[in-house]
Amino acid sequence: MKTIDLSSASVRELNQALHGNVQDREWVVTHPDGKHNLAVGVNDAVSIDIQGHAGYYCAGMNQKASITVHGNVGVGVAENMMSGSVRVKGSASQAAGATAHGGLLVIEGDAGARCGISMKGVDIVVGGSIGHMSCFMAQAGRLVVCGDAGDALGDSLYETRIYVKGTVKSLGSDCIEKEMRSEHLEELKELLNRAGFIEDPASFKRYGSARQLYNFKVDNASAY
Amino acid sequence: MCGIVGLYLKKPELEGQLGKLFEPMLEAMTDRGPDSAGFAIYGDEVADGWVKLTLQAVEADYGWKHLMGALEGRLGCSLDWFQNASAAVLKVNCEEERVRAALADLAPDVRIMSAGQSIEILKGMGLPKEISERFGLANMKGSHIIGHTRMATESAVTMEGSHPFSTGADLCLVHNGSLSNHNNVRRELKHDGMTFETENDTEVAAGYLTWRLQQGDSLKEALDHSLEDLDGFFTFAIGTRNGFAVIRDPIACKPAILAETDDYVAMASEYQALASLPGIDKAKVWEPEPATMYIWERA
Repeated sequence: MKTIDLSSASVRELNQALHGNVQDREWVVTHPDGKHNLAVGVNDAVSIDIQGHAGYYCAGMNQKASITVHGNVGVGVAENMMSGSVRVKGSASQAAGATAHGGLLVIEGDAGARCGISMKGVDIVVGGSIGHMSCFMAQAGRLVVCGDAGDALGDSLYETRIYVKGTVKSLGSDCIEKEMRSEHLEELKELLNRAGFIEDPASFKRYGSARQLYNFKVDNASAY
Repeated sequence: MCGIVGLYLKKPELEGQLGKLFEPMLEAMTDRGPDSAGFAIYGDEVADGWVKLTLQAVEADYGWKHLMGALEGRLGCSLDWFQNASAAVLKVNCEEERVRAALADLAPDVRIMSAGQSIEILKGMGLPKEISERFGLANMKGSHIIGHTRMATESAVTMEGSHPFSTGADLCLVHNGSLSNHNNVRRELKHDGMTFETENDTEVAAGYLTWRLQQGDSLKEALDHSLEDLDGFFTFAIGTRNGFAVIRDPIACKPAILAETDDYVAMASEYQALASLPGIDKAKVWEPEPATMYIWERA
């Protein structure tokens, strides 16, 4: 196990050590103190424990690594993640999992505004609630919310499936509640299991795209 | 960009440490605002009937002693003052309006940064570290303080364009973000008799709040109205005589983080500005909701 103490080492030294020819499989990062860009662009199946609060873009562009933050994270945690997993033991700020293509992002607390904005295949499971404009223009992947969702959930949504247990303050344009069929209960159960949350899938509702904004409608030409 | 920091002490016995606790918070926001910085500190209250003003001169070696002598003669009131770098803190046993009129006459170049019974606003161009050293922040005492580090986007880098902005007696505003309708709002406020010294968007927000308060709004009502009338991105921190308030616009693009322990309430644009506070690892830390006012005040 390799420990990097950010009260003496720089963020660049941490990220450089995590790139290239990585020998150690387990890493511990101490004294993160809200610093930005921690453990970004990791390309190996290593395990990284960040012991404290992290700043912006933590675990961004992650591939293969399993990264746990024992605290809160700032804007854009796991943005553009490709694979692997990121777990936040506290809460996340805005744009958690933005544009992420794959992997699993688990946030045990709340996530702020624009959670999963433009997500492209990642799975996001949030133990608490999420802020407004979440899943805006989200294209693929699944978002599970065990608490409530803020305003304009799923605005201009493509094919991401959204599961919310609590209340949705309002749905965005072209986002509608959809029937929960057996295959959805199955996939939700599997996602909750992987995230380690004990919840009854039947207590969730499913939201998805009404697919009315997919094609340009000539009747709307005058609006442009 | 721009960074905001605020610290409110719950226990009077900690007041001697306010500057020492706050200095690293301000400096931690250097990346967000390296061109100017400033802070509004509350403490050292003057008695009823007295008013405290913070004055700034352009020249570092301004002849304060001469001005204060002339002012005392003009007003015929007892006054007390001390110099702090390019600023002077003036305490006068007199109505604020009379002091302002006398200063406008005797020293039109001297700018009044703040007025009230408790507030002192100190600000200027330069790195946050330079500003805190210039004014001796680390040794300052007080009950609460808000500060700002500026990366200018909407107007020139000048002392006048740096934050905090005074919004009335013992009130001030710092702002992270940009307002898109500040020209219109400025024009409307000028029509109603408000005056502005810069092209700065935050000065308009400060002027707007001052105007609302003059119209009889409470601070909460004024801030609620600001959500309707000010268009743009903002996180505001507002210093009051007894505490401070934080509000974010409904879109909430601009960051803010709050922390609370038994000893203090702190706010910052980013968590790293809070990391130096004692007991922060056990503090309640959370992100303020959009379009929601958070306020802490002494009873």
